[in-house]
Amino acid sequence: MSDTKPRAASLLVQNTRTRKRNAAETRFRIYGRLALGLGIVALILLLSSIIGDGASSFRQTFVTLDVELAEDRLDRSGTRDIDTIKKVTTFGYAPLIRNALAVEMAGQGIVIDGLSPKDAADIISKEATAKLRNFVIANPDLIGTTQSFRFLANGRIDGYYKGRVTLQTAVLDSNVSVEQLRLADALKAAGVLKVQFNRGFLTQPDASDQRPEAAGLGVAILGSLYMMIVVLCLALPIGVAASIYLEEFAPKNRWTDLIEVNISNLAAVPSIVFGILGLAIFINFAGLPQSAPIVGGLVLTLMTLPTIIIATRASLKSVPPSIRDAALGVGASKMQAVFHQVLPLAAPGILTGTIIGLAQALGETAPLLLIGMVAFVKEFPDAPPDGFFDPASALPVQIYNWTQRSDPAFVERASGAIIALLVVLIVMNTVAVILRRRFERRW
Amino acid sequence: MPLIWIFASLLALGAVGYAMGRRRAVAVAGGDARRLHSLPNYYGLNVLLAVLVPSFGVLFAWMLMQPMLIEHSVAAGLPAVTAEHTLVMSDVRRLAEGLKTAIAQGAMSGDDMRALATGDGTIRAALAAVGVALGSEVEPVVLIAAQSYLAKTQTGDVLRTIVVITLAVAGFYWAMGQTNTAFRARNTVERAVLVMLMAAASIAILTTVGIVFSMLFETINFFGQYQIADFFFSTTWSPNFRGNSQLGILPLLWGTLYISIIALLVAVPIGLYAAIYLSEYAAAKTRAIAKPLIEVLAGIPTIVYGLFALVTVGPLLRDYFAQPMGWGESGSSVMTAGLVMGIMLIPFVSSLSDDIINAVPQTLRDGSFGLGATKSETIRQVVLPAALPGIVGAVLLAASRAIGETMIVVLGAGAAARMDLNPFEAMTTVTVKIVSQLTGDTDFAAPETLVAFALGLTLFAITLVLNVIALIIVRTYREHYE
Amino acid sequence: MKDHLSVECEAILQPKIAARDVQVHYGETHAIKDVSVDIADNTVTAFIGPSGCGKSTFLRCINRMNDTIGICRVRGDIKLDGEDIYDKAVDPVQLRAKVGMVFQKPNPFPKSIYDNVAYGPKIHGLARNKTELDEIVENALRRAALWDEAKDRLNQPGTGLSGGQQQRLCIARAVATAPEVLLMDEPCSALDPIATAQVEELIDELRQNYCVVIVTHSMQQAARVSQRTAFFHLGNLVEFGDTGQVFTNPQDKRTESYITGRIG
Repeated sequence: MSDTKPRAASLLVQNTRTRKRNAAETRFRIYGRLALGLGIVALILLLSSIIGDGASSFRQTFVTLDVELAEDRLDRSGTRDIDTIKKVTTFGYAPLIRNALAVEMAGQGIVIDGLSPKDAADIISKEATAKLRNFVIANPDLIGTTQSFRFLANGRIDGYYKGRVTLQTAVLDSNVSVEQLRLADALKAAGVLKVQFNRGFLTQPDASDQRPEAAGLGVAILGSLYMMIVVLCLALPIGVAASIYLEEFAPKNRWTDLIEVNISNLAAVPSIVFGILGLAIFINFAGLPQSAPIVGGLVLTLMTLPTIIIATRASLKSVPPSIRDAALGVGASKMQAVFHQVLPLAAPGILTGTIIGLAQALGETAPLLLIGMVAFVKEFPDAPPDGFFDPASALPVQIYNWTQRSDPAFVERASGAIIALLVVLIVMNTVAVILRRRFERRW
Repeated sequence: MPLIWIFASLLALGAVGYAMGRRRAVAVAGGDARRLHSLPNYYGLNVLLAVLVPSFGVLFAWMLMQPMLIEHSVAAGLPAVTAEHTLVMSDVRRLAEGLKTAIAQGAMSGDDMRALATGDGTIRAALAAVGVALGSEVEPVVLIAAQSYLAKTQTGDVLRTIVVITLAVAGFYWAMGQTNTAFRARNTVERAVLVMLMAAASIAILTTVGIVFSMLFETINFFGQYQIADFFFSTTWSPNFRGNSQLGILPLLWGTLYISIIALLVAVPIGLYAAIYLSEYAAAKTRAIAKPLIEVLAGIPTIVYGLFALVTVGPLLRDYFAQPMGWGESGSSVMTAGLVMGIMLIPFVSSLSDDIINAVPQTLRDGSFGLGATKSETIRQVVLPAALPGIVGAVLLAASRAIGETMIVVLGAGAAARMDLNPFEAMTTVTVKIVSQLTGDTDFAAPETLVAFALGLTLFAITLVLNVIALIIVRTYREHYE
Repeated sequence: MKDHLSVECEAILQPKIAARDVQVHYGETHAIKDVSVDIADNTVTAFIGPSGCGKSTFLRCINRMNDTIGICRVRGDIKLDGEDIYDKAVDPVQLRAKVGMVFQKPNPFPKSIYDNVAYGPKIHGLARNKTELDEIVENALRRAALWDEAKDRLNQPGTGLSGGQQQRLCIARAVATAPEVLLMDEPCSALDPIATAQVEELIDELRQNYCVVIVTHSMQQAARVSQRTAFFHLGNLVEFGDTGQVFTNPQDKRTESYITGRIG
């Protein structure tokens, strides 16, 4: 650099260095686009894989049969005494279904070589006998008549129509034979066997390892709902109270600092640690029952609190001080100013934060595993408040539970359950976004 | 009296108290509310709080303490305190519950219950009739213990009802007595509310204390049975419920670390570049679509990622990479878990970085542009160095999240504790072992179960350190630019 | 008035910067209306006017800093040494190396003093080796009258300097890329009087080598440092002339009102 300025080259010509720098600029921009693209591709892959696996669980293969409720098998005495009828176990109902299928096959003229009547009846779910028994116990008067029932088909038959089972795999599979699949095809052709919408997936309780076709989300949905009620009832008031204190009243001292650090840290503590807390404090120490929604709700409350507190504080902070000053100026106490003026203005933000916190809690799995919610629960919990103490499952835990079972049909179930869970989460988040949009106030 | 009724009557008494306190205040003022110190509502609220706060406080404390006290006294009555102590106690509890149900349903009277005898199967039959299934015939000790458990519980419940209701009524009269024109109801109520707000805020501290203590005691128990040095320095993890377990944490830490590193290698570049692109380059329209899409990844529960690892990514990596290359045969592997966890962390890194990059003042960018720097030069040489502390904080938070993540590794990483360098081998993590040691049948006297608490405490300590460092860095960073 | 201005300007020198009919829109707002001005080399030209009058906006047009704002559109032409800087072939990156800028608030990068000054030369590749770079840095710091204060602490962060030193560092940073024009956007508004005096003195020295354009709020400052003054009002260039003349004998009523303190 000297004082006699050299005339630089024309601006209209790009010099080599600038060209190189612009190339680097383009590369950098491509990296950014690539990263963004990778993220979005991952999302699409994730969702499409889950939806691809799970969508079919909302449809199920059913077999419709006319079953004769033979009196000589169900109520030999003819007295219709309910206790006598109850003495017939589900095994006693198996022949009824076997016969009904045989009659149906004869009626349709279906003959499959090398298929015994028992093997033929195995294409129907083991759950069918229980369904039949419950029906008879509920309606003892109908013994002796012939009724039409829609039974679930066996999981393998169902898998056959969903592509999990093929004629080739059936040869190697001890649970299903080629003949059974042929029978199923024949019944399908005759309109007896149909693939239909499966409401039971959302309403029925879980079923054992052997009958994936009957497994449903009923108990899990109810359990999750109970937990969310507990979380909402506890986390919202406590969270709002804590935020009001910290944002509006807390003096600047070590105690307040400690609380603040604690909240920030709790928001980042691994969820499994909260599970250990729940196990040690609520179950082992306080003696609350295992698998109960109340315990799950308490643990999730502690986990959700930081989220709600952080959102609420941000929301309170966004209310301008002039509002407080105005209230104080007309002689309101500080408490009145906060509760009458500030809190209503902050409410939409608080609500949004709460919904997002609940959505997080709804999907949380790890801590619930430790407090025993992974147990196999087939009974629906009672109505609240007693139901809070009954064993129940929860949606994410039910999903985990199904991934641990050997029958591949449960992967379909687990993916289906995820679809249900995601739908709920999407609804919750959409509500939160709409709330925020509608009530957002710019000061 | 069932709990729900206690609740209901307390709330009812509170409501009545509110109405009466209010009315009384107006009455003593001779119908002219202006003569009162505070608004009439505050007199009502004062009564309401006097009714509810002490009674509910005692009720909750009682509910927490009673089972413990009774359990202790019943347990002390059991003859031989054995290793199966907790199992016996759970039998006692189940039987007591069953008997309670039987009485509640009217299948049995209180006297019947006290007259029950063991050995003839009557108990099982009686309980089966009300829908309570017992595993085996009841032993005499258990029956006696259950009967005493039940009796004590009932006495306790009655006492609880009396004490709580008395307290509520006493609070009612006391507060009503206070009500006169000079009484500063608003100040009293506001002071009480402030205390309640403070209590709510202190729950955060209580939670941390609860976390530490819940793990600390059992960890101390564990180290009473297992060498502390073996736990921290042994390279073998092979729990054995018949005893003689090797419980070294090192292979678990190695798996945790390896998976976390892979996850961060995926998440940090992608998340950071995505954040840079979104905040510095993308057009408003692109940002409006892409940003929420990336954030959707953050809203997806980890169990979903876990299933994704288990059924899609795992088999994919095995069939197209590991097996053809001869690197391994396992679908669950460090790579599977690391990749999927990386995807999970992308939105975490990107939204934190986005905040941090946006906190870098525009004047710095202007300064750089004004010197003729290109956008990427400005970002790489001015914005990123300025944002570096914040980004380091974000990465630490992401690391803490990766280390504590459970479901993805439970479903994607495998259960074999080994220290290997091959990322296509199944390995396991601290969180996986906490889950496997604490689910299913657990015996809280065995080191194989207690080790989970030591693992939990270690995990908590590691993440705590990471979180605190990250929080401090991020906080000073923000203050720097505010 | 336009005619009057151009006649006067041609008389001085070949203008370094020649702007004709410049229009700037910020979204819906018409921020600069029909501004034409000739700025001479080796002089200090001051832009004055009430806040929001468009003086800073116009300044930022000269090195295309407005390009970084998405909603900003610039029409008309601005020529630097006879070359249209808004021509498609012009890379703003190259342009800004020639037209340096100093901002309102001192904005040193969070790097060492040395790296702050070396940043521009590095990205534009002005030095072939470390010795040359050292030389450039030293020269720039000397030009900015900061060398004596900074020579012993070149490796300390630039943010550790005082406000006035920081602003001089920013000037050194701009000078280091060997620009021909220096744009200064209220360079003293964040400084105390002593630091302001130092920077003003510096601006006067810089005039020997550069074409300096300074936006200022303070009329006294404009009077002290500039030879030519342009008065902007509501996006219009109201008056442009020799500083002495603008302040003592304004041609336009609005200029007079502003100078006498009735608007602003």
